[in-house]
Amino acid sequence: MDVVQLKRQLIAFTELLYREGFLDEQFNQLQQLQDENNPNFVAEVVTLFFEDAERILNELANNLDQQSVDFKKVDAHVHQLKGSSSSIGAQRIQRVCIIFRTVCNEKNVEGCLKCLQQLKHEYALMKSKLETLFNLEQQILAAGGPPSI
Amino acid sequence: MAAAGAVLRQKLPGNMDICGRSGKGSPEFHVLAVDDSLVDRKVIEKLLRSLSCKVTVVESGSRALQFLGLDGEDSSVGFDALPVNLIMTDYSMPGMTGYELLKKIKGSSAFREIPVVIMSSERILARINRCLEEGAEEFLSKPVKLSDVERLTRYLLRGEADQVSEFRKRKLPKTCDLEFSFPSSPLSNDSDSSSSSRSSSPLPKRCKSV
Repeated sequence: MDVVQLKRQLIAFTELLYREGFLDEQFNQLQQLQDENNPNFVAEVVTLFFEDAERILNELANNLDQQSVDFKKVDAHVHQLKGSSSSIGAQRIQRVCIIFRTVCNEKNVEGCLKCLQQLKHEYALMKSKLETLFNLEQQILAAGGPPSI
Repeated sequence: MAAAGAVLRQKLPGNMDICGRSGKGSPEFHVLAVDDSLVDRKVIEKLLRSLSCKVTVVESGSRALQFLGLDGEDSSVGFDALPVNLIMTDYSMPGMTGYELLKKIKGSSAFREIPVVIMSSERILARINRCLEEGAEEFLSKPVKLSDVERLTRYLLRGEADQVSEFRKRKLPKTCDLEFSFPSSPLSNDSDSSSSSRSSSPLPKRCKSV
């Protein structure tokens, strides 16, 4: 596939991600910070986010598995994830976190478990879509596409 | 639209080199950033570096105090090397909150003049008020944007030069100037710092007394 086609694909795919709420303006902010000196900045931040998110999702599963759930701990973890997802523009994940915190406040274990499921689902979707995005960018670079202006 | 940013990334305009040119022949603007989130540390560091600021990032209030030499220990890691011009700290951190850090800094004769900015994803009025009353320069909503930081550093750099003459000339207003604003829409590609400016601090800034 030639560079022009790849770029069209990338633009279309990115637009889709914004439209479907996977990404918001904050992601664009990160892209604007990327330059020749830090050509992998966005990918690096996103990787950190993935690691952080996976850790938190595991902790949440543990917390909710206890006989007596420590809702403060749950809330603290969700708050963390909400923060980092908002920092990279992962809007859908952030939104689930907001609901999660409400449910956690009500000390509703069932509700929390549902939210956790939802979070895992959204996270998996997000990860796959961002991987596709980065893949496309790599292909463009490999095809000799000019670096961003 | 935002999509265009993916491939035709706009370079930052040339005049974004705020911190590198403090305009007085003095060294670069040094910011100490404090945040327990790894993701946020990376982002704030890049934001500040993109404005040519010198950045030191730490993960907690106690580390920040250690760096400044305020932790009671004899060793102060970096302070002697490069003075800190601004401290930006997250509010919610385990151990010491940003508010507690703010109090410690404002309570220290050596460091109380350093402007402290609080960052938080939660816009709780009481929290904002508390921080401003304790001497915070500004309260920024997370996620922090480039325009927020650029406006802040520009203001502080200008302030340093003009502060003395301005405060002498100006009578304190009866009530603080009220600057309200509303958060910019998430889809707006507003890179103009002036129009998105006060989205982070809907409350009046604290009036400094001379």
